[in-house]
Amino acid sequence: MEQGQSPSAETPLLQVRGITRRFGEVVANDAVSLSVMPGQIHAVLGENGAGKSTLVRIIYGVIRPDAGTISLNGRPLRVTSPAEARRAGVGMVFQHFSLFEPFTVAQNIALALGGKAAALADRIRDVSRAYGLPLDPDALVADLSVGERQRVEIVRCLLADPRVIILDEPTSVLTPQEAEGLFATLRTLAGEGRAIIYITHRLREVRELCDAATILRHGRVVASVDPKTETAASLARHMVGADIPAVRAAPPAERPGAPLLHVRDLTLPADGPFGVALYGVSLDVRGGEVLAIAGVAGNGQRELFRALSGERLAQARGVICIGGHDVSLAGINARRAAGAAFVPEERLGHAAVPHMSLAGNLLLTRHAVDRDLVRRGVISWRRARQRTQRIIDEHDVRAARPDRPAAALSGGNLQKFVMGRALDRHPKVLVVNQPTWGVDAAAAAAIRQRLVDLARAGAAVLVISQDLDEIFQIADRIAVISRGELSPAVAVEETDRERIGLAMAGGFERRHAPGAGA
Amino acid sequence: MGAFEAFMLTVIAAATPLLLAAVGELVTERSGVLNLGVEGMMTAGAVAAFATAQLTASPWLGVLAGLAAGMALSLVFAVLVLTLAANQVATGLALTLLGLGLSGLLGAGFVGLPGERLPKLEVAGLSDLPLVGPLLFGHDALVYASFALTIAVWWFLFHTRAGLVLRAVGVNHDAAHAQGLPVIAVRYGAVLFGGALAGLAGAYLSLSYTPQWIENMTAGRGWIALALVVFATWRPGRALAGAYLFGAVWILGLHAQALGVGLPSQLLSALPYLVTIIALVVISRNRTLTLTNTPASLGQPFVPDR
Repeated sequence: MEQGQSPSAETPLLQVRGITRRFGEVVANDAVSLSVMPGQIHAVLGENGAGKSTLVRIIYGVIRPDAGTISLNGRPLRVTSPAEARRAGVGMVFQHFSLFEPFTVAQNIALALGGKAAALADRIRDVSRAYGLPLDPDALVADLSVGERQRVEIVRCLLADPRVIILDEPTSVLTPQEAEGLFATLRTLAGEGRAIIYITHRLREVRELCDAATILRHGRVVASVDPKTETAASLARHMVGADIPAVRAAPPAERPGAPLLHVRDLTLPADGPFGVALYGVSLDVRGGEVLAIAGVAGNGQRELFRALSGERLAQARGVICIGGHDVSLAGINARRAAGAAFVPEERLGHAAVPHMSLAGNLLLTRHAVDRDLVRRGVISWRRARQRTQRIIDEHDVRAARPDRPAAALSGGNLQKFVMGRALDRHPKVLVVNQPTWGVDAAAAAAIRQRLVDLARAGAAVLVISQDLDEIFQIADRIAVISRGELSPAVAVEETDRERIGLAMAGGFERRHAPGAGA
Repeated sequence: MGAFEAFMLTVIAAATPLLLAAVGELVTERSGVLNLGVEGMMTAGAVAAFATAQLTASPWLGVLAGLAAGMALSLVFAVLVLTLAANQVATGLALTLLGLGLSGLLGAGFVGLPGERLPKLEVAGLSDLPLVGPLLFGHDALVYASFALTIAVWWFLFHTRAGLVLRAVGVNHDAAHAQGLPVIAVRYGAVLFGGALAGLAGAYLSLSYTPQWIENMTAGRGWIALALVVFATWRPGRALAGAYLFGAVWILGLHAQALGVGLPSQLLSALPYLVTIIALVVISRNRTLTLTNTPASLGQPFVPDR
């Protein structure tokens, strides 16, 4: 993919000057400027809501800026649609995949590039081989793993032969090994003289991969640095504007308590064509410890959570016990009554009803187990509001009142609220899926600290997470879920990121999955 | 002509308007838009076709007028739900009420008049062949058009790039927008096509099925067509099968009533609805097929955050 006459090395390939964009009262980008040289991998670093995605969506023509200019190779770039951006030489790999699940790989790519799917198949094979991104053009996207879906996005982007490639949080869905493979591909692409804009909030990656970093906070550029000369702590300080407290965990008790959450041989068929079946999942979480389940998204985490919370019942007795009670065939209220609390992955729509008030959302998890709030079917709104206020105060939920709708809170604040709602009951067993997903670093650190504190106070805490940094901060033992099977849990001192990463890719002994023998 | 041939001819007549309207709505829904106004567009098509044929003495101009009337109503719908992002369910229901009311008003002067009938396309010699002759030949142009349109829509949806784009818009409009596909323009096209075919279905009713204008002559066929689309899992071939199944059971019920079968007439009238729903529910039990064919963004308004 020869680029022809390359401009002098001093000319930035992409230059952004003074980009401003408002959404209502929120200034998502405030006079943002950055320049990217050919061959450079340039990180755009910032917390959730710092304006990273808005910035690159402006460059890619999805959103129009209110003010500011962009130039490509010294010439002004004015694009009003992604199609124009692609023609001008800008390509983008989205964070939330913009793929069409019922279609094949080739059809997905044909939709972006034009032309018929059949004619593209050979080019797809060539490009995917050349950059180490193996893909079958005729596979249905719905059948692909998350890592494979990302390859489709990248190959789709590369087929347009872009000069500037934007990647939005590309590793959030990859195993560490898959991420290494992606980094190698990106270095090859940069070596060809392309400019790469790499959006992330993962400091480790920035220092490993990137030649330059622009750091955004509240929509403004707060620093432009060379990440190789920074430390993770100094980058974090720029990003957050303050130091992040490390999670402090008292050592686990010498003699761990009895298992409060006990799962034996949980097997469930997939609940739909895009669901994942669970095969013989067994685990024990003792009082006083945090058990973390690592895994790449879409390997059965959602299904396991639903089975534990009682949204889907087990198929036999004796499979799930909470605090000594067999709740295998009991719904979520019986499990709550047994002392458990559950925090699902999606905040809006699963953990909370968007247009219902916070007090109403509190009632949704308490109506059957808290006699103070609901007596003989009659709600005490006064007490519900008091409880809600207590959660808001104790868990530092900002911009919240008990009568505000859940949807009015920012993602991080709502997450603090739904975590606080569970913790406020002092549960004996807490099951939480992705506790800090999309939460800013300071709030994430606070949530992690509370999870550890809850465990040290004697509760059994099960954390399902895709964030290995988080898992190694808080877990006492780690198990890995892969294609619906759970590996045996190992103590955190006896393992490391590499071994967990291999297990995430399916590298542990399977006993149940199809094709794995008896 | 034997009894079986006569029976089949009435089945074709009963199925054709359902098929036309269902195939049109199928295209609309594949693009992610739910237009519940089929009944209204069909009625408007029926009255416009009949009145135009009366005034010009040309059933062909009547067909064109029916098509145009369906499209005009669907354009109103498109502006409301696509440009103004109004609620699709409420707007579609309002469209049905508007179509029914408007057609009653405009058709008041035409009630009971003897109408123009679309000519049958006879082929000398072939139409007289036993059995196949009357079944394959001697229908009017809209019957052939309904089959041609079904095949054309199937080919368009699954064998052309434009069809892939239309389905992509229906599956995930945010992703389609991010890929630079013109979501709103595609949906306008799909809604207008659906309106045109609903108008054609109405024209068939008032120019061929019963060549006259009676208020409310669509008699719920628009709703049947809507249900057919869903139960056919948005696939044209199944919509065709569903339309003919419904037509066949309907006609059987009429014959049974005429022969004095000892069943209440209300049950016989309900039979085609029951049979069609049961048959289509049975075939749509295959969840994989249903999910891979369902336009996932059906009914959701698209408002790009520009």
